[in-house]
Amino acid sequence: MSLSAAEVNKIAWLARLAIDDDKVEAYAHDLSQILGFVEQLGSVDTGRVAPMAHPLDEAQRLRPDDVTETDQRALFQAHAPLVEAGLYLVPKVIE
Amino acid sequence: MHRKTLAELAAGLERREFSSVELTQAHLARIERLDPALNSFITTTPEIALAQARAADERLAKGEAGPLTGIPIAQKDIFCTKGVRTSCGSRMLDSFVSPYDACVVERFNAAGAVMLGKLNMDEFAMGSSNETSYYGPVKNPWNTATVPGGSSGGSAAAVAARLVPGATGTDTGGSIRQPAAFCGITGLKPTYGRVSRWGMIAFASSLDQAGPMARTAEDCAIMLQTMAGFDERDSTCVDRPVPDYRAALGNDLDGLRIGLPKEFFGEGLDPAIAGLIHAAVDEYRRLGAIVREISLPNMHLSVPAYYVVAPAECSSNLARFDGVRFGHRCENPTDLADLYTRSRGEGFGAEVKRRILIGTYALSAGYYDAYYLKAQKIRRLISEDFRRAFEEVDVIMGPTAPSVAFEFGAKSADPIAMYLSDIYTIAVNLAGLPGMSIPVGFSNGLPVGMQIIGGYFSEDRLLNVAHRYQQATDWHTRTPAGIAD
Repeated sequence: MSLSAAEVNKIAWLARLAIDDDKVEAYAHDLSQILGFVEQLGSVDTGRVAPMAHPLDEAQRLRPDDVTETDQRALFQAHAPLVEAGLYLVPKVIE
Repeated sequence: MHRKTLAELAAGLERREFSSVELTQAHLARIERLDPALNSFITTTPEIALAQARAADERLAKGEAGPLTGIPIAQKDIFCTKGVRTSCGSRMLDSFVSPYDACVVERFNAAGAVMLGKLNMDEFAMGSSNETSYYGPVKNPWNTATVPGGSSGGSAAAVAARLVPGATGTDTGGSIRQPAAFCGITGLKPTYGRVSRWGMIAFASSLDQAGPMARTAEDCAIMLQTMAGFDERDSTCVDRPVPDYRAALGNDLDGLRIGLPKEFFGEGLDPAIAGLIHAAVDEYRRLGAIVREISLPNMHLSVPAYYVVAPAECSSNLARFDGVRFGHRCENPTDLADLYTRSRGEGFGAEVKRRILIGTYALSAGYYDAYYLKAQKIRRLISEDFRRAFEEVDVIMGPTAPSVAFEFGAKSADPIAMYLSDIYTIAVNLAGLPGMSIPVGFSNGLPVGMQIIGGYFSEDRLLNVAHRYQQATDWHTRTPAGIAD
């Protein structure tokens, strides 16, 4: 398994993660190594094995659809980088 | 006072030999004096600590104290602490002051424990050496040229250096047990779901679990008693009664069935460590245990399966760090995409980026079945190996790590070599089982840890097994040179 620099850039875009141009080759090398290492899983026959999502195979708990949270917007926005009038500000999306 | 264990300190407080304020001041002074050389704390909280200590002394005076009332502890900086910076070892959260307490923190506060500060760790708990922390690596108190292990390296080093009698850790693939082994202390990763993950910054949600790190099994029992139990805010927390962990400590081990998996003693294990594990197992034979060899045939698949499951869940969990609601935001973003990519690119370090990229790839269209689904099936096979083993034995023993603490930089250029330092611990997380590490000797002047693995919710048994060994031996009492006074 070998990833090209172009593939690394594509994955980085999917992850919305900026990577310095001069480090792309190093990531391509490391990721290829890790994927190569993981490849040994492919040699195991798991045709009749059920995937395990939860170690104890517990079902997700449900709760009544009641309002239990109080409004803490001001508290939670206190540490946001940029807010105004209760809104999070980001660069303009629509021209 | 720093020479005493947590249990001894609690007894001293109860007998009024010293106050919690005195105890807290003594430990804060040690941190100030010794931690600059170790870097185990990211943040110290002396004002909070002294206020909590004064409150604890009042509780003690009124006779309303529990076993943790007035005891200094420290929290791994992965647990949210209200009004205190919670960095997770990352530039991303360097300025993040949490608006709420994690469940674990709430429970320590309610018990009257005194928080001395927040402990250093690998960035977002991703690492096995503490070298990925934005705040610089923690040094191993036994030899400051070597790593303390990771990711709970600050917790392990602080306890080993007697800066604090007990600390919290979290363990996704070995992050409590491996640093406990490297620093010569006792650490317990509970069964998945035993301790609430609420307010514990998520790395890989199906594997993450919090646990205690201290000098003795008895101290871990006292801490776990407070940490464990149902919390409806964590959807995977298990609603099941918490036993009295201290009550079970003294049970005798006559007839205890110990399994030694042959896969834990093969190629790659330092022969000196193998020798010490066998010597510790001999001690258990003297305590009445019956030892037999067992097999966990899919063990070799655990590290590769983990490096699909953990990065996949990490890439999903860390998507929340977007530079909009909290955490680092880049300067002068040109558009929304630039805001996301540059904030994340600047906020995360190299190892976190590697794991986000691997996880994103493994979950991307067309690859999900080949990677994540396949790894979840392997996980079932590994879990089944343990289930079969526990039909024949009560506990499994083996090394915690294949080597003693290594030097800084020894593995940082080779991710796979670093990943393999968790080769004996990762399978336990994949299966969701509880596991401990206890000190069982030294090699080249560095501590060696033995891992003890039990069936689901057998923390009481593990603590009992570890405690009886610590009653018969003194490895857990050894203190690094230069730290003792």
